[in-house]
Amino acid sequence: MILFLFILILVAGAFLAWLSAVVNKELPRWIALLVLLFELTIAAGIWWQLDEAHRWSSSQWLYTFQQPWMPRFGISFSLAMDGLSLLMLVLTFFLGTLSVLVSWNEIKEKTGFFHFNLLFVLAGITGVFLTMDLFLFYFFWEVMLIPMYFLIGIWGHGNRVYAAFKFFIFTQAGGLLMLLSILGLYFVHAHNAGAYTFSYFDLLNTPMAVETGRWLMLGFLVAFIVKLPAVPFHTWLPDAHTEAPTAGSVVLAGLLLKTGAYGILRFVIPLFPEASHYFAPGVMLIGAIGILYGGKLAYAQTDFKRLVAYTSVSHMGFVLLGAFAFNALAYQGVVMQMITHGISTGALFMIAGSLYERLHTRELGKMGGLWPALPGMGVVTMIFVMASLGLPGLGNFVAEFLILAGSWQAQPWITALATVGLVIATIYSLRIMQKVFFGTSMREYKLPDLSIREGLMLIPLIAAIIWLGLYPQPVIDAVKPGIPLSFQTTTHHQQDVVIHPPK
Amino acid sequence: MQWIYLIPALPFLGALILVLFSRAIGKTGVSLIGCGSVGIAALITLIAGGQFIGGGWQQFTLPLWNWLSIGDFNIGITLHLDALSLAFTFVITFVGFLIHLYSTGYMADDPDYARFFACMNLFVGSMLMLVLADNLLLLYLGWEGVGLCSYLLIGFWYKDPANGAAARKAFIVTRVGDTAMAIALFLLVQHTGSLQLSTILARATQLWAQGDPTVTLIAFLLLGGAVGKSAQLPLQTWLPDAMAGPTPVSALIHAATMVTAGVYLIARTNILFILAPAAQATVAIVGAVTLILAGCSAFVQTDIKRVLAYSTISQIGYMFLALGVGAWSAAVFHFITHAFFKALLFMGAGAVIVALHHEQDMFRMGGLRKSLPGVFWVFLTGAASLVAIPFISAGFYSKDQIVWLAWSSANGNIGYWLVAIIGAFITAMYTFRMVFLVFFGEEKTHVHHPPGRSMMIPLYILAVCSTFAGFIELPHTLGHITMLSDLLRPVLPSVPLQFESTGLEWVSQGVAALLSFLGIYIIWRSLYIPFPVGLKEFWKNGWGFDMAYDRIFVRPFVLLARWNRRDMVDKLYTGLAGLTRSFHRAMSATQSGVLRWYIMGIVMGAVLILSVIIWRQYVV
Repeated sequence: MILFLFILILVAGAFLAWLSAVVNKELPRWIALLVLLFELTIAAGIWWQLDEAHRWSSSQWLYTFQQPWMPRFGISFSLAMDGLSLLMLVLTFFLGTLSVLVSWNEIKEKTGFFHFNLLFVLAGITGVFLTMDLFLFYFFWEVMLIPMYFLIGIWGHGNRVYAAFKFFIFTQAGGLLMLLSILGLYFVHAHNAGAYTFSYFDLLNTPMAVETGRWLMLGFLVAFIVKLPAVPFHTWLPDAHTEAPTAGSVVLAGLLLKTGAYGILRFVIPLFPEASHYFAPGVMLIGAIGILYGGKLAYAQTDFKRLVAYTSVSHMGFVLLGAFAFNALAYQGVVMQMITHGISTGALFMIAGSLYERLHTRELGKMGGLWPALPGMGVVTMIFVMASLGLPGLGNFVAEFLILAGSWQAQPWITALATVGLVIATIYSLRIMQKVFFGTSMREYKLPDLSIREGLMLIPLIAAIIWLGLYPQPVIDAVKPGIPLSFQTTTHHQQDVVIHPPK
Repeated sequence: MQWIYLIPALPFLGALILVLFSRAIGKTGVSLIGCGSVGIAALITLIAGGQFIGGGWQQFTLPLWNWLSIGDFNIGITLHLDALSLAFTFVITFVGFLIHLYSTGYMADDPDYARFFACMNLFVGSMLMLVLADNLLLLYLGWEGVGLCSYLLIGFWYKDPANGAAARKAFIVTRVGDTAMAIALFLLVQHTGSLQLSTILARATQLWAQGDPTVTLIAFLLLGGAVGKSAQLPLQTWLPDAMAGPTPVSALIHAATMVTAGVYLIARTNILFILAPAAQATVAIVGAVTLILAGCSAFVQTDIKRVLAYSTISQIGYMFLALGVGAWSAAVFHFITHAFFKALLFMGAGAVIVALHHEQDMFRMGGLRKSLPGVFWVFLTGAASLVAIPFISAGFYSKDQIVWLAWSSANGNIGYWLVAIIGAFITAMYTFRMVFLVFFGEEKTHVHHPPGRSMMIPLYILAVCSTFAGFIELPHTLGHITMLSDLLRPVLPSVPLQFESTGLEWVSQGVAALLSFLGIYIIWRSLYIPFPVGLKEFWKNGWGFDMAYDRIFVRPFVLLARWNRRDMVDKLYTGLAGLTRSFHRAMSATQSGVLRWYIMGIVMGAVLILSVIIWRQYVV
């Protein structure tokens, strides 16, 4: 029931926020903030009590919720939560809360509808992270899309309509392929196992021909790597991120991209183990290329938000690399990367937003020499720039190290290629600091340093990224029960342990 | 010994306080916290050292908390104290403290006083983490932290874009080495299942025979990391530019921290290098080549700090040579004495630079012997140690040990020995060229600010150390004291010798000393050695490495980035959209509302269809 409430409260909050704007334009902010803080508290509470929860739940699943919906077609309203979904929910509500705060001064128009969309997109994301019915999954997948389209299209910057369309079409095209695959899997299961069902648990281990499995897997995979995004499907992302309002960028980079990663971990690999192993080297290569190509493009950008957007392409390449390495180190690294990337990139977008509020530009060429005026913001930016280049002691390092160490065991050459990305990350990350804060300023800026609201947003992010860098064990422990059994060999120093795909 | 965690924790804490509360505590507070944190860490190191030596040299491991634990892969935030880390910790905290003390004078008028000390504390803390780490991942944390701090401090005066470029260069070039090192860690995880140093070193001998390709690859990759941080060939290019930072930063980078990290790494993983003779020989060759190349470059510089920078590269070359021939403790010995005299020389140079109102060109100095006598004498002491003046300088004992072992060690040969003594000759020339240019001759620039007490006291202390620190280890021929190598024996294996000969050792020392004096004499006779100008320029620009890297890596990357700024992949999609749109336009153009065009269309269509039907029916 608690799982259903997570979604229901968000949806109810969304409508309430919309309606409340009639009374007072500031009211939707407070409603959204309270709703998200409430959900964050609950989710964090569950995480805090994780050992307790695992004690009375023998499997990886902590909570489940099931209601028949359209039993004739085998569709049910089925939700379940394990460590992975729990972590994703905590991240969702954490970044969601910050998105409300970040919009406090930025969004002045149609506050009611804005917060309706914000809460609704978060509800969709929550649904995606919780649902265990493929039909319902597709439903939530689409629910995320439409409010996001409005967020970009209404409150975005100059070229917002183009960006919103592009985002919509890319995601929709990928989504349709996934729908085909879902239906294909549905009928294949009915044909081979004799029951029509969309239930994730029933569809696991569906017997099917090797060829069929590969085609169906590709349908899912394309949807997820468009969302992730991987090269060459990444071109919607820089436009969408750049044109979206700050909150939109934070939700896009921090959460929407993670639904792609989540989909790969939750659906692609468990549903199609054989096909996943078959395609693994190719997919890992795409990941490595994404790391390098995204980094190179990030270096070339002159627009702060666009630069950060391309770093996402680079960082999400690590997810693809690690997910298809099929071992526990890399799997843990991937989940870690999903969380830390959400935090560090979210923070960089917030900083971009704060700078835009002060300077009314995103052009790096028009910044420079801001350190004397904004020392506080400089220190904060330095921390997240360092996180983005993978400095040890910050969360992103743990993620990247685990991914690379894990994928090295599967594909040393591709991993070596990906490791070069660490150098490129250094190059583009340091460029941010140089262009924004160092050098001489063209004008004598008299700008206010971090406000209390900005401090309230950024300090939790700093605390989180340092905590994840120095003590990531709570995340690792939460993820552990959900790692597929065949992944459990972390290191094979006996040399001859080869992971065979389950037949 | 539970409290040894304070050694790295204090500088970190100091940095944190300085970042958060610099305004509240005022300038005096900043000095107190900045120097105090490192000073107390140095005191604690002394106490720990006393206990360590008094307590039977027992290695001590202090687990603080669990960092990562996935299956049987466990990494802790764990400190490890043994003789090797103790030696490094002592130098880092002690010399580091003196540099901090000096900085209170040197940086007194800088508006960013607090930021400077925060970064310096962070630097010392990271370096301490590096040498006290019990596993390679924690070592890597310190390793990268040092890289970050070098970036922050080299680019400390951020208003000049050139300083920013030098800072980024330092970070990026060392990161290239770090990437190699990261791959070495992946290999170690794969094959030994651990990153804990004791486990790796224990398993290495079981897993691999000598010369095994895997361990050779690992050793080479570790060497890649080491040459990056220690500014050896081919990644040495960042260090001369690192002079962009304030002078105390140079002293810290060159003497106590950062560049010695590579020496530490190789010494720490010595078992892997012993298992990989090819890699170990490469260490020696890299060191030998670097020490000559850098020596030549030092000889033709005009900027006093660049002379010292190339001198550092050259001296680290000696340490690498020692590591390469298996003279592990000789490398550590030279590290210690080098830390003293190089910190002394840098801070002496800094005193000169400040006195002459930020003049760094040696050709505009001169005659300072009279106007800055205190600085002159300490600088001369440091120079004597660098040149290895026999008996009375610490550098003599440490360098001659390396020179001798380069030949007599089982891995050594007469070629290495020749390189080492030629290096000593070049060292004498460039060092005294600097001394004569700066302190002798006519006064060319007037002294503005003679250095204050806070700057001179550290110099006096270091002058004493540069003279007497050599007595902890004396050669067979002179007293034969082996305090340091005995202390290090449990960690670092002793040198296997191919022959022992007191007579030859005398000859080696004699030749080295003679060549040093010869070098000084030549340069005394004439400051201008008539090399071809082109060669001088080539040396001055560091043998063209910078230019080559610029052409091979930097420019193509920047060009590629510029050329593809708008992401050609997107052309695919915009092209698709454009195609759709032109179809749309073509089709909508036909919907013109003109009736005769419609009839025409219908007729044409009918004709087309009919022709196809007829074709299929009758012709085919």
